[in-house]
Amino acid sequence: MRIPVLLAALVAVATCTETFFGHQVLRVVPQSDEELQKVQELQDLEHLQLDFWLAPRGLGLPIDVRVPFRSLQPVKVHLEAAGISYSIMIEDVQALLDEEQTEMLRSSRQQALSTDTFDYEAYHSIDVIYNFMDLLVAENPNVVSKLEIGRSTRDRPLYVLKFSTGGTNRSAIWIDTGIHSREWVTQASGLWFAKKIVDDYANNEGVASILETLDIFLEIVTNPDGFAFTQTTNRMWRKTRSKHSFCYGVDPNRNWDAGFGDAGASSNPCSQTYHGPYANSEPEVKSIVDFVKSHGNIKAFISIHSYSQLLLYPYGYTETPAKDEEELHEVSAKAVEALTSLYGTKYKYGSIINTIYQASGSSVDWAYNQGIKYSFTFELRDTGRYGFLLPASQIVPTAQETWLALKVIMEHTRDNPY
Amino acid sequence: RAMELSPSQFPAGRAAAVALGYLRYLRGGPGRALELRELRSARRQDIDDVGHKYYLELELGDVLDKDRTVKCTAEVLYPLESTSSAPDVQVALQGELRSTEQADKEFYNHIRSLEKELVAENIPDSHGNVPPELEPIHLLAWVASGYVIWQNSTENTKFHLAQVKHVRQVKRSDEDLQFDYVILLHEMVSQELLPWQVTVLWHPQRGARVSQ
Repeated sequence: MRIPVLLAALVAVATCTETFFGHQVLRVVPQSDEELQKVQELQDLEHLQLDFWLAPRGLGLPIDVRVPFRSLQPVKVHLEAAGISYSIMIEDVQALLDEEQTEMLRSSRQQALSTDTFDYEAYHSIDVIYNFMDLLVAENPNVVSKLEIGRSTRDRPLYVLKFSTGGTNRSAIWIDTGIHSREWVTQASGLWFAKKIVDDYANNEGVASILETLDIFLEIVTNPDGFAFTQTTNRMWRKTRSKHSFCYGVDPNRNWDAGFGDAGASSNPCSQTYHGPYANSEPEVKSIVDFVKSHGNIKAFISIHSYSQLLLYPYGYTETPAKDEEELHEVSAKAVEALTSLYGTKYKYGSIINTIYQASGSSVDWAYNQGIKYSFTFELRDTGRYGFLLPASQIVPTAQETWLALKVIMEHTRDNPY
Repeated sequence: RAMELSPSQFPAGRAAAVALGYLRYLRGGPGRALELRELRSARRQDIDDVGHKYYLELELGDVLDKDRTVKCTAEVLYPLESTSSAPDVQVALQGELRSTEQADKEFYNHIRSLEKELVAENIPDSHGNVPPELEPIHLLAWVASGYVIWQNSTENTKFHLAQVKHVRQVKRSDEDLQFDYVILLHEMVSQELLPWQVTVLWHPQRGARVSQ
């Protein structure tokens, strides 16, 4: 079947995908202020089109820079003239990418024609996921609709699936996956959750009873620019792809208006936990804030991350316990018990700040302070053996067990209106 | 004077990760990778002018031997000068780990028989795949990363091996196997991915030795 491969190639040309033939990633570890300065000088030379994966931060800290082929000579000469040693981390970036693209093409080649034949046991590209959403809506028009709540920095649509059996502005559950783009098992689980909801509804079991009185909103690709970047360039990219300074990206889970800028986030634009220039600077975040505020009736807010196998509740930015900590702790215990019952996967639970680390500007802290009592963060499988690179064979078991925990939270929300 | 810690909270978990790194370096190999099955209990003692000492009760297992669990007690001492000194780790294992003598011998002979030096990248790949023939190389990276993690951890860090970016075998004239790794370590608190170059020498009887 050559035609889909050709189509994909044409799409790549049409969307001006960069190629990285001959690009190398160099590493320099500056040992003196002079060396550090010499490398920082390179940052100002825009015509070299350098892409710093690890920006200059200080002595003894590695600097990784992707160098386009035609800039290799001048960059190496600049370093060698200053007596700065460097190593070649990646000899040919394009070769690495080709391998990854082949993987993506292989899985997207058989584009599903229905959500029944969709491959839930594989990782998919954005196009395939957006196509899935349209299929799901087309197959279940009486219970699913697709909303566009905004656009990313690179103008990608931000889609939310709404599951509803009617009513007007019913109390609702919010679930987001993929806010950190490298946490691939979360977007993949989101797809499975979406299908599970419509299947339960069709069979009048499981969450069908929840849908009688509540709506569910599910944003599967919450950070599409980051997600695209993990597929084309850097599998470990976490942040958005905005550029407020000389490094790219803001940590979208440090950008919310809850303890914004406090300890537990970084003010360094090159850091993985950079909070951004101001709260809600990222359209990916602002669009959710606007949506939740204008909806006005969200009763549970659940953000899904990986990895570590944790169920967390507010707060992350302060040691002060949440007013409802006792109840949130009890619900967490029940949710974790349900999750573990399926495959024996062990989870720990507690407040963010006590269980994992101090984190300011997080989504669930914001949601909780908005009055959304049942605000939780999940960290899915595993505990570090594969980490972000969780094998695709674990997607469905992860989604299945997580779903049991989500049901506990949703049922508690339904049964405890406020 | 030792304070009881909750196993659910991060200080105990970080200390356990250091003990695990040390153990992986000590007891891991191309046929064995230790994982933490349970953190049973933890205590912390602040020792004036010395540092913070954690007393841990762990349950460990070999990822390749799901049915067996080995109990372990560990002491992890983070020195006051934590940015320049490695934590001191003492461990005591109760029980036997599955023998890897056969697998080690096969791996050793296989690598020695290669005409071209082994080179590989991205283990696991983006989708979490590890080709079966590269699994021993992957497990040896755990040994290497265990050493690096042990040596570089503080109470404010938690490292995991995220990926082997690149590995190259270097043929030697002596009996050891040599692999030059570029590994990616994920640091949980800062969320940074830190590339690290590390060379491992390995021999079935002599085990692993690491140089950074």
